[in-house]
Amino acid sequence: MKKVLIAGYGLTKVEEHWDKSLENLMAESSLKALEYAGLSRVDAVYVANVYGEVLQEQAVLGSVLAEELGMSGVQAYRIEAGAASGIAAVKMAANAIQSGEANVVLVTGVEKLSDGTAEEHLALTAMEEREEYTGQMGVHQAASAALLYRLYLSRYGARQDGIAQFAVISHENAAGVAHAQYPFKVGLDTVMKSPYLSEPLHRLEATAVADGSAAIILCSEDFAAKLDSPKARLAACSLATDYVTPFDREDPLHFQALARATNSALEMAGLSREQIGFLELHDSFSIVAALSLESSGFFPRGKAGEAALSGKLSLNGELPINTFGGLKARGHPVGATAIYQLAEAYLQLTHQAGKNQLDNTKHAMVQSLAGLGCAAAVCILEEA
Amino acid sequence: MRRHDTMMEFGIRIPRYWRGKPFRYRLEGFRCEECGEFHFSPRLVCRKCGGKRLRRDKLSERGRLISYTVVKSASPSFEAYTPYIVGLIRTEDGTTIVGQLTDCDPEELHEGMEVEATIRRLQTDGENKLIAYGYKFRPAIPRP
Repeated sequence: MKKVLIAGYGLTKVEEHWDKSLENLMAESSLKALEYAGLSRVDAVYVANVYGEVLQEQAVLGSVLAEELGMSGVQAYRIEAGAASGIAAVKMAANAIQSGEANVVLVTGVEKLSDGTAEEHLALTAMEEREEYTGQMGVHQAASAALLYRLYLSRYGARQDGIAQFAVISHENAAGVAHAQYPFKVGLDTVMKSPYLSEPLHRLEATAVADGSAAIILCSEDFAAKLDSPKARLAACSLATDYVTPFDREDPLHFQALARATNSALEMAGLSREQIGFLELHDSFSIVAALSLESSGFFPRGKAGEAALSGKLSLNGELPINTFGGLKARGHPVGATAIYQLAEAYLQLTHQAGKNQLDNTKHAMVQSLAGLGCAAAVCILEEA
Repeated sequence: MRRHDTMMEFGIRIPRYWRGKPFRYRLEGFRCEECGEFHFSPRLVCRKCGGKRLRRDKLSERGRLISYTVVKSASPSFEAYTPYIVGLIRTEDGTTIVGQLTDCDPEELHEGMEVEATIRRLQTDGENKLIAYGYKFRPAIPRP
């Protein structure tokens, strides 16, 4: 299969950007990525976004971004697969390169949640389930996550502080990160004493309203040779689906889609789990990080919390996770999230991660979920 | 309120609400004649076995509580009702369903508790104050 490389990135800080529009944000990150790679044009544009037509009442984001960049005429698309939209867009972009149709493409993720209220944000999350049987019954994603959380603690007799520790790890890694929404440490005690969002899920075990945009440049090997920017190889990209509502699945505590996507990505890259140096996990809720780690086969079921408390998952541990703060602390601008994750893995692999730089950066795995696992997407990046 | 003018997505759309009545009022859905899988909405194909013979069926109205949570922050349509209880119920026919719990306090809840479906007001929505009804679960009245 033709090699696909990442040859550039651009990020905006994740925060509530009251003074910037969805269009401003995606133009900003895209322009940064293009300038970083020394490009003024690309062969195709892919925009990953979930809530644009609801919150901004704006469709055709491909055309909008092309126009913002002075690139009108280029083929451009908006891709949506819930919070996994970023990797879904990367997958489409990689396909275009591998088919030979494009040599260099721009993939931009963007979301602007602060155009809605915190309550509307909760309603939006129900769109990633069967809305009619959850959202309209008053069950948003945090409530569903809380149901999974209690089920998990009861089934495995696991300690809640082990699960809550995932939030602590993400915050620890986000400390001092320029593009992070919450660039500071938060102690386990603070997480456990924060109010319940939906018992047993604490407020500080969930993400919050965030705006942000991240962009990456993907290109073929031939094209990459013409660029001076550092490169990382996209060794695999895989996506799988599952029943939309977790409670309809045989085991709601096992993300089957993530298991499938992980296995298929590892196979594609010809790697084993032991060869993965670090993981960027989808910690939309602490419990989702734990379920992801177990479903993808890195830890036995019921054991993720112990791993979190043991220090194994910290920056200096044997399998670091969320090296710039993950969804929890870097922030979770839904459609942009997976592109942030990929850009962060790229920074590690190209040794530009500053104080967060890891030693073992041969292979990185980036995992992304739509909702509570109705789609899962996994990328493996390797040093070029 | 502004959201009802510009954010209709979060409100009740009447035709959609009307289509959802069989399940929301009566727990009526579609069961695969090949493998027995229950679907909450009309389907052409069974999601589990791919079978194409599905018939109308009704879920058992009794079941046991397998997980629950108290919702403290809710979407705009449900914010006025917080805090409320959401439960995960395994019905007697083995289907897992999410729904609100009513007629009880969080302290009374425990895993394995017997519950039964009842019909209640879910929300009052929008300028027209449309009332949405649907199932909720309550502690089961013991069988004679």
